Amino acid sequence: MDREKRNHFIRLFVAIAAVYGIVLVLEMTLRPTNMLFTVLKKGAIYSLVAVSVNLLNGFTGLFSLGQAGFMLVGAYTYAILTMPVAVKASDRVYRYYDCIVGFDTGVFVGLIAAGLAAALFAFLIGLPVLRLKSDYLAIATLGFAEIIRAVFQWDVLGPLTNGANLLREFKDLSRITFPFTDIPVPQTFFVFTVCGICILLIVLLINSSYGRAFKAIRDDEVAAEAMGINLFVHKELSFVISSFFAGVSGALLAMFQYTVQAQQFRSMLTYEILLIVVIGGIGSISGSCIASFLYIALSEWWLRGLDMGTFLGIHAENIFRSGFRRLVFSVIIMVIVLFFSRGLMGDKELSWARTSAWLRRTFRKREAV
Amino acid sequence: MSRILELDSVTMQFGGVVAVNDLSMHVDEGEIVALIGPNGAGKTTAFNCITGVYEPTNGAILYKGNAIIQNHPSGKMKRLYAGLEPDKFSSSKVLNPTPDKITKLGIARTFQNIRLFRSMTVFDNVLTAMHMRMNAGIFSDVFRISHAEEARMREETEVLLRRQSLWELRDELATSLPYGKQRRLEIARALATKPQLLLLDEPAAGMNPQETQELASFIHEIKDEYSLTVLMIEHHMDLVMRISDRIYVLDFGSLIAEGTPKEVQSDQRVIDAYLGVAENV
Ligand SMILES: Nc1ncnc2c1ncn2[C@@H]1O[C@H](COP(=O)(O)OP(=O)(O)OP(=O)(O)O)[C@@H](O)[C@H]1O
Ligand SMILES: [Mg+2]
Repeated sequence: MDREKRNHFIRLFVAIAAVYGIVLVLEMTLRPTNMLFTVLKKGAIYSLVAVSVNLLNGFTGLFSLGQAGFMLVGAYTYAILTMPVAVKASDRVYRYYDCIVGFDTGVFVGLIAAGLAAALFAFLIGLPVLRLKSDYLAIATLGFAEIIRAVFQWDVLGPLTNGANLLREFKDLSRITFPFTDIPVPQTFFVFTVCGICILLIVLLINSSYGRAFKAIRDDEVAAEAMGINLFVHKELSFVISSFFAGVSGALLAMFQYTVQAQQFRSMLTYEILLIVVIGGIGSISGSCIASFLYIALSEWWLRGLDMGTFLGIHAENIFRSGFRRLVFSVIIMVIVLFFSRGLMGDKELSWARTSAWLRRTFRKREAV
Repeated sequence: MSRILELDSVTMQFGGVVAVNDLSMHVDEGEIVALIGPNGAGKTTAFNCITGVYEPTNGAILYKGNAIIQNHPSGKMKRLYAGLEPDKFSSSKVLNPTPDKITKLGIARTFQNIRLFRSMTVFDNVLTAMHMRMNAGIFSDVFRISHAEEARMREETEVLLRRQSLWELRDELATSLPYGKQRRLEIARALATKPQLLLLDEPAAGMNPQETQELASFIHEIKDEYSLTVLMIEHHMDLVMRISDRIYVLDFGSLIAEGTPKEVQSDQRVIDAYLGVAENV
């Protein structure tokens, strides 16, 4: 039993190390403009949000629709904090306002602060809402996300948020260097590292005693309460932690896009993430990650040709034009939802044993045909 | 012997339905007390009041002499409590703790319609019930700083499961167990909270005669082993008569009889109340 467990951990460690190694090698060999890197970076960021949503929806049974709002808080916090003072003082970014933040911080502090800011908002919203039955949470968080988007564009807050204008020239992915040097950090590797650490923390949480309490609440609130689990405290914990990571991923998204604007964080973003979680399987961390990369790869890369006139070598300018990609994309998603009604992974996790069993099954089917 | 639980004129109303009507009863430390009555008599509702699931419309519930639940909108007190300071029990004070607080006081329960954690294994069901007694905060738990505590919880879980002959089934999904085993598991899970008072809601429901037999001796055993007091709702009369020290009989929310098994058995009102459900007697 213990030996099996150790082997499992070794295999897991090797697999993860291999992924990071491959990313690093790719980054050193391929041209940085390669579409692959866009997919990898955005896919990793979406994985983190999807896993944070999964912590709430899949493991605690709380249906929240506020993730875009918390990402927005994280993105703004990060951008405002890490923008160099010189930029803040000039009118390159804050053209119509005088920025009131007279300091700047490093990337690490910025990321943590982004998470903490989102967590603080979540804590305050959670106080009234989490005492109610969980249906209200969806409505309240959706409303909050919309309000927060409006507030961040509010003229009065201009000296802080730059109103409805863009924030840029903060420490985005192209501006980060190794500490005390001028050597740029490999971008994809950086995103993978931050997201990897965050997801690891969530996995550790899910497998801890508190994680079991979350699952108990999801399974049966009445029984959980009868076992001495304080519903409110544990729901609030899960909500705040999930929002912390949503905040961090918002900051990463800002770094990836080089600019921040409230418009980027509409409820559409929340639905996108929710769709990824459902496709991956509610209650499966690896499912959320796989679905994120697939989703981003499909929508940003593989189906591009459908909008550009050429797809898989077929030229058909009058069919493959703007908008057709969305149509095909929707059909693919419907097919996935129809054939994998519990998501790609159900509530299981990806493992060596399961993958090899699956390969064997498919292989045998082929032979029979 | 000291009072561990006392209900003082507890009334629970749902709209027009008076599910529990002016119920006063008590349980002494070390007793096995049964609460019986026909279907819909209000037995489960009484449990739900004690455990904080429902807020009683009126009345008070005392645990070890202290009011833990209290709702006296009328301000009228039925009785005065010996040894209680007046301000601790003034009519204006409303106590309405959530069920987890009640459990932390030492009252654990099982459910009539089994409520196990569906997605969890047998082992994790019991382990989860130990969470309440965990001292570690979320950070030391997540970073495994408190792994000694986790190890202790796992050990205790193993002991409990072995004790209940559920150890071989530890990796099974809780809901895949046969009915009788699920009820056992619910008791094990309740015991994991280290209660002093155990409330069992129809522990023998769905069990075959042999399992019911075993359950009777089992309840006696755990009572001695964990120095428990047991209050149970049960329809199997032979079980009730065999193991309980005293019995309370509810009908249409009201108490119609109380006493030792012998006294209750010969009570005319009890016989009348059970006429319609003779198959249960
Ligand atoms: N939440 C509720 N809302 C409305 N009515 C309720 C509620 N809970 C219980 N009742 C009513 O209270 C009465 C007593 O129900 P209760 O479940 O306590 O009976 P019981 O004695 O446990 O019966 P059984 O032997 O069938 O379990 C019933 O008439 C029931 O319909
Ligand atoms: Mg009942």
